[in-house]
Amino acid sequence: MKKAISAACVLVLAGCSSLSPPQAWEKGNLAKPEMTMGSDTLDERFVQHIYSSKENASGGYGVGGGGCGCN
Amino acid sequence: MKLYEGTLAIGLCWALAAGSACAVDAGQPVPQIELVGSTGAKKLSDLQGKVVYIDFWASWCGPCRQSFPWMNDMQRKYGANGLQIVGINLDAKRIDADQFLSQLPAQFALAFDAKGESAKKFGVKGMPTSVLIGKDGKVLLTHQGFRDEDRKALEDMLIAAMAAKAN
Repeated sequence: MKKAISAACVLVLAGCSSLSPPQAWEKGNLAKPEMTMGSDTLDERFVQHIYSSKENASGGYGVGGGGCGCN
Repeated sequence: MKLYEGTLAIGLCWALAAGSACAVDAGQPVPQIELVGSTGAKKLSDLQGKVVYIDFWASWCGPCRQSFPWMNDMQRKYGANGLQIVGINLDAKRIDADQFLSQLPAQFALAFDAKGESAKKFGVKGMPTSVLIGKDGKVLLTHQGFRDEDRKALEDMLIAAMAAKAN
């Protein structure tokens, strides 16, 4: 009984890491323009630059047009 | 009891953690895949002896719009020297790929893999991904993305691969 509970606990703790994120080629829907924040493109580029220069943060702003192929 | 539970917990967590596909590294033999929908070779192994440049593309991938004219150029320039470019489409819907191709026709071989089986075998991590295969069937390089700066470097690699002797 204890073993069953501990096994269940481990599964809960593993959480969503047991589900794999979408593969690079499965991101077709994510690449659609509806899936971006939708603000003015120049504005978005500005914000992305700020985030990457101040926080070295990238991503989360749309798939497919990145040019680096990493999104 | 504590040690057992501990190792069980760690072991299970590790096993459950999302495992990524191993990317194909340079020097490894190329994974054998079928080229479905291709008018030319039906299997990648049929192209042994040629320098093969595989490009995994999709209609929604921005850099692919840049890479297609470049690949057409390369196929035209070096096709006679034994270069075969194969564009493997990974769109889930064929109609998206056809729409892309109506705007940017491909003058190289195409294959269609909606399920992404070949991409899994090659360990594709980003779109687009290109793989250069030498005459001996070994992977020479894997490249992600496509930028203007890449054109010259990639062309140089193609030329070097064609100049290499087949084993």
